[in-house]
Amino acid sequence: MEDKTNTFQHCEKPEIVVHETDILLIGGGMSACGAAYEADKWATEQGLRITMVDKAATDRSGAVAMGLSAINTYLGENSVDDYVRYVRQDLMGIIREDLVFDLGRVVDDSVHLFEDWGLPVWKKDDDGKSLDGHQAEREGKESLRDGGTPVRSGRWQIMINGESYKVVVAEAAKLALENNRKATGVDQNLFERVFIVKLMMDQNDPKRVAGAVGFSVRENKLYIFKCKTALLGTGGCVNVFRTRATAEGQGRAWFPVWNAGSNYAMAAEAGAELTLMENRFVPARFKDGYGPVGAWFLLFKAKATNALGEDYCQTHLEESRKLYGKYVDAIGTCLRNHMMMIDMKAGKGPIKIHTDVALKNLADTMSPKEIKHLESEAWEDFLDMTIAQAGVWAANNMAPEEVPSELMPSEPYLLGSHAGCAGIWVSGPGDFGPSEYAWGYNRMTTVNGLFTAGDGVGASGHKFSSGSHAEGRIAAKAMTSFIMDHKDDNPTFKETADELAAEIYLPMETYAKYQSYSTDPDINPNYIKPAMLQQRLQKIMDEYVGGVSTWYTTSKTMLEEGLNYLEMLKEDSFHMGAKDLHELLRAWENFHRILAGEAHAQHILFREETRYPGYYYRGDHLAIDDDNWRCFVNSTYDKQTKKWNVFKKEYHQLIPDK
Amino acid sequence: MPSFVISEKCDGCKGQDKTACMYICPHDLMKLDADKQKAVNQEPVQCWECYNCVKICPQQAIEVRCYADFAPLGASVIPMRGTDTIMWTVKFRNGSIKRFKFPIRTIPEGEVDIYKGAGEAKADLSRIKEPGLFTHHAAGMTMPVPK
Repeated sequence: MEDKTNTFQHCEKPEIVVHETDILLIGGGMSACGAAYEADKWATEQGLRITMVDKAATDRSGAVAMGLSAINTYLGENSVDDYVRYVRQDLMGIIREDLVFDLGRVVDDSVHLFEDWGLPVWKKDDDGKSLDGHQAEREGKESLRDGGTPVRSGRWQIMINGESYKVVVAEAAKLALENNRKATGVDQNLFERVFIVKLMMDQNDPKRVAGAVGFSVRENKLYIFKCKTALLGTGGCVNVFRTRATAEGQGRAWFPVWNAGSNYAMAAEAGAELTLMENRFVPARFKDGYGPVGAWFLLFKAKATNALGEDYCQTHLEESRKLYGKYVDAIGTCLRNHMMMIDMKAGKGPIKIHTDVALKNLADTMSPKEIKHLESEAWEDFLDMTIAQAGVWAANNMAPEEVPSELMPSEPYLLGSHAGCAGIWVSGPGDFGPSEYAWGYNRMTTVNGLFTAGDGVGASGHKFSSGSHAEGRIAAKAMTSFIMDHKDDNPTFKETADELAAEIYLPMETYAKYQSYSTDPDINPNYIKPAMLQQRLQKIMDEYVGGVSTWYTTSKTMLEEGLNYLEMLKEDSFHMGAKDLHELLRAWENFHRILAGEAHAQHILFREETRYPGYYYRGDHLAIDDDNWRCFVNSTYDKQTKKWNVFKKEYHQLIPDK
Repeated sequence: MPSFVISEKCDGCKGQDKTACMYICPHDLMKLDADKQKAVNQEPVQCWECYNCVKICPQQAIEVRCYADFAPLGASVIPMRGTDTIMWTVKFRNGSIKRFKFPIRTIPEGEVDIYKGAGEAKADLSRIKEPGLFTHHAAGMTMPVPK
């Protein structure tokens, strides 16, 4: 096919908007909102300008857009050391303990702020019964900060009435941004519906960030941001693998469907080192609706079994020990999947979680009013955060208090905040830990001035919503420090606005140029529509990189075959045709997804063992191999040659085993 | 399912400064049909069923029909979001109904003062290289390190 170029002969050239700032926050989810709040405190009085750029509306953007029924990281009475042990165990022995410890020692403060800002938190009454956030307030229960007792659904989790969780957090971030805007005298510092697609590097120092560029999905405007320091806060990667749903249910991903791997792709293209991109998360959730199971297992004490009533985590324990050794002593999330799937493959499904039995057991000692309250609590778990699950049950005439429900492991997702640890390699806090983990500023990537938080930070999972917010705050403070130490820096980039516009709007030019060639503009030999390109990516990833159709199994030979197909897909991505700004958004999300997916495949290829059984299997290396592989796998990407360099990095244990 | 817009109820947010559903959708799905002057979900296959369009619609013109590639027809889940609580009506395929009401916030939107309480403290610039956030410094806390 002929190379595509954009001279704006066929599509309208966008207006160019240039915005100069000091601290640029890319994304509007929990990390970026935390960063905005903390940055205001450190930077505003020094006259530093803060700008947030969100591809959606900040009130309802990011992974918490729908709400949450629990905050999964609240240490409270627990020690930070134990938090590190828990994260290490669940992530199969390889985490950056400096980052996890650093997060654990500050995270509760963000939860206290959420409560200050109006988030209702469940509390225990004097008899140990649970009160919702309004009841607790009426009964004069103290805030968590002042010693109130939360309702723990697990050791690290607390229950909230979180329908408006993100609205509450966004309000604080927007107030902080507005304070900074007034103090620094700029016209605007929150840009919603602007999708940042690439970072700009300093023309005098290719390892230093100088800005970012993106476009409005509402108006024909290209946005160029010039900055001293930038935060990547754009979430994980969803819809990179073929979904279990076959048609309109494809949107019902467990993780937010709008997370397009932008963090990983933009960091890789900027030359930043990535870490543990072989890791993924495969949540076992209520089938199809992907409703949360945490509260059911932990709070309501429900049990899951195969169709014969057997507890697969008991029956397959010893068999699993042969391959995964000491890791089965405290069964983490991936190993639970592993044992469940042994039964599924043996035809002993459907796997069911016995919600009905759990609630009946709890109701045994309850009054009718308390039982009604319990039923309401059970439904709130879904209506706060996965409303579709309530819909699936209602459609099937099922109620979880009456019948058990089927569990299913989902399609894979890449993320760094939940029970996964893919992401970017960042500097640690530096006040403890090995010097090779701290090269400057806390949460700074290997690119000078470029920071990340939340899903962006690799090797540091289980931070969840509260930890992502706290990590954004950690990064914002360090970003301010970075600017103070580099007062004379004035990074600039050589790319012109016209060059950037031509590159970014190429899919629109391509569509406009060729669309009348065929009678159906969706089927045209001159281009591929973004939706179809995404389907092709998902199919390649699924079949060759260990998706659901191969029971998450791949191998050296399969990966090499898949990488060849990805190569051609990458070439074809420059032939995408977008009919409007909405499709241009999808086209650029695809550019990001492809690179994130390719990083995932390259890392799995490099790590010759099965570190995360139940998340993925190297069929040619089925066991865990601590002697050779208890280490990080890191990588860098060369955007000129389009080649990956993948290598080992040493793991240091900082917190001893118990 | 994908959210859908009831033709009779949608007025295209004519009286508003922006089309509410189009403003809020996290995935850029809701769009104002220029000819009909009514909203439409332009890419239902990408809908997360987050219900933000349903909750924000001033006309209650948006509902959700459960993903038809795996859910039988006939059910509905309908929210009514107030200032401090949300009411849910879950209608099952067989017609039975459950209703729930949950708190959503303890301080009305727009009345939060982030510079009060713990947020009143100023950052201590002399401690910017130390671990901890401005609130930890203000509270005089020493950050632990691994033993």
